[in-house]
Amino acid sequence: MIDFALKTLPFLWEGLTVTLYVSAMVVALSLVAGVLMGIGFTYGPRWLRFLLRVYSDILRGTPLLVLIFSVYYLMPFAGVNLNPLPAAVIALSAFKTAHVGEIVRGALQSIAAGQTDAAKAIGLTFAQRLAYVILPQGLRRFLPPWVNSVTEAVKGSSLVSLVGIVDLMLASQQVIGRTYEPMPVYVLAAFMYFLINYSLSVASRRLEARYAYIRE
Amino acid sequence: MDYHLNFNFVWKYADKLWWGLALSIELAFISILIGCVIGLALALAHSGGGRVVRSCVTAYVEFVRNVPLLLLIYLIFYGVPSIGGFAYDATESFVATLAVYSGAYLVEVFRAGLDAVPKGVIDASKAIGLTPWQRFVSVRLPIMLRIVLPSLSNVLISLFKDTSLASVIAVPELLYGANWIKTNTFRQVEVWLVVWPMYLVTGYLILVALRQVERRFSLNRQR
Amino acid sequence: MSDALVQIRGLRKSFGTTHVLDGVDIDITKGEAVVVIGPSGSGKTTLLRCINLLETYDDGSIKVDGVEVGYDGPPGGRRRPRGESELAKIRADIGMVFQLFNLFPHLTALENVMLGLVKVRGLAKAEAKSRAEHWLNRVGLGDKLSSLPNQLSGGQQQRVGIARAVAMEPKILLLDEITSALDPELVGEVLSAVQQLARDGMTMIVVTHEMTFARDVGSRVVFMDAAKIVVDGAPRDVLSNPSHERLKTFLARIEMKHH
Repeated sequence: MIDFALKTLPFLWEGLTVTLYVSAMVVALSLVAGVLMGIGFTYGPRWLRFLLRVYSDILRGTPLLVLIFSVYYLMPFAGVNLNPLPAAVIALSAFKTAHVGEIVRGALQSIAAGQTDAAKAIGLTFAQRLAYVILPQGLRRFLPPWVNSVTEAVKGSSLVSLVGIVDLMLASQQVIGRTYEPMPVYVLAAFMYFLINYSLSVASRRLEARYAYIRE
Repeated sequence: MDYHLNFNFVWKYADKLWWGLALSIELAFISILIGCVIGLALALAHSGGGRVVRSCVTAYVEFVRNVPLLLLIYLIFYGVPSIGGFAYDATESFVATLAVYSGAYLVEVFRAGLDAVPKGVIDASKAIGLTPWQRFVSVRLPIMLRIVLPSLSNVLISLFKDTSLASVIAVPELLYGANWIKTNTFRQVEVWLVVWPMYLVTGYLILVALRQVERRFSLNRQR
Repeated sequence: MSDALVQIRGLRKSFGTTHVLDGVDIDITKGEAVVVIGPSGSGKTTLLRCINLLETYDDGSIKVDGVEVGYDGPPGGRRRPRGESELAKIRADIGMVFQLFNLFPHLTALENVMLGLVKVRGLAKAEAKSRAEHWLNRVGLGDKLSSLPNQLSGGQQQRVGIARAVAMEPKILLLDEITSALDPELVGEVLSAVQQLARDGMTMIVVTHEMTFARDVGSRVVFMDAAKIVVDGAPRDVLSNPSHERLKTFLARIEMKHH
């Protein structure tokens, strides 16, 4: 068993690095876009909020796999020729942006309206209010669910295996193709995903506990 | 780009899509039913059981929630038969997987739901002399179900979207139909312009229908 | 003494290090309406909740109709705490009305009253329905039978709560601050319902802040303070001519609040 594991480990390890790379890209892109989206949702003009709502509803109502395929096959038609990897990352990032946007919106809106009033009353500008009053409080409400969405991104990255990208999932399939022993390989891969995500969810729970005093 | 949209190829095989959609909806419903049984049983086991039982339930929940659904599908379809010595068809395997998957999320939903039954109402049910079993069946369970209805709706809609993954083990649901059309007609583009909205609209319709059910059973508003 | 419906001797209960009941003795005979008053934390509600075992008691004895409610076992020998199924049978004969009403939110007013009749008293649905209708009519809610609790006012909900308890035909009725959560204008309708029950001979223990209850409903008033019963007598004596210091202070504070 151990001998077997040692032989397959290097291949799985390579797949794991691809998984981590894709996840990191998606998380980074969706974080930036999602924060902007969340701010737009909360403070933007009516037309912007409407557009963002449409975007959010469409993205969140689409199965991720359908989105990846659609992006991959529709993009050339729209004039952009892409390799599978960028296409998948774009699809995943667009998907996660909608989720992160919701988290940010929720965090900002849960801050009592009175805070904005108080900040206005002492003469802070919009940018100052955002930086010194809203975002610090929003951050504490944002972090725990966001860390949770990071685990979702890692799980979602497994779908890139279906467009030919050799992540941990596809690496596992390839190893099984050679060794014909599905169970040990899948269990090993599961353990790796579990390790990453479980650590993240433990961290998220610790964050939630630490910032629990913030909740009214 | 020198490509002309031609949807005829899609319409020709449209029944693959309609039957696929029907199967997707079926799969979601059956899976959540089984998932509810699993989730409720484990939620009760967790609150009533000793340390060993609680750890087992937690281990199950944590494992399923931290591993990609795709991996679970492969594990159950390819992995389990190889050590169990039996085989099952793709649809059975997928339903089992989705049930196990949703069960893990539903354990939390039901636990929170049982906790949310107001303690005063439970006191009242004790005060009129109901036995523990009667209290559970006539008071705690009905109230809990009404409380968790919104969460159940969300899970069902999620499961509907997750049925798209069944295509990887050749279950003939909607996405599999879409891929079939794409491959066999060499039209890479049109089918997505049809199937993507199909998922969106169906998801929306299920949501609307479920909102109606919620309103009927809500504890907060008038019937 | 031994024909008392409720006999309580040396009742003790603590939550952690706090003594909530510190040696309570009282007898209640059939047909009596006993009003219990006292400051918050004096143990009044806990006393009530011990009688129908919504709280366990650490020491002492509570006998309802000769039966020790919380424990079983040979007299003088080791006591065994009763299991939930035994408690259910005992609770069937003790009725309780709660401060926060605690109606079953998923059932209509009629169904709220019927539940105990069908499941505990074992009545057939039709008989349970007519009995429930009778009691809901008695408390003035004959036109609200198919209303859900969230469609009723506080006073109406509390009257359903009273009907639910009384329809079970309990030996004794426990009323736990049943008007404290009501707007003042709704207290009257609840008070009338309870007065009627007392006049009809229902044995009851009423924990309340409403002095009008004490004067108009009670045949006996009990003042509790610091986990003990301190004064026990007729309403005239206890309320109009208080002799005890702490009782005087308590009544003075209550009068000030209501003026």
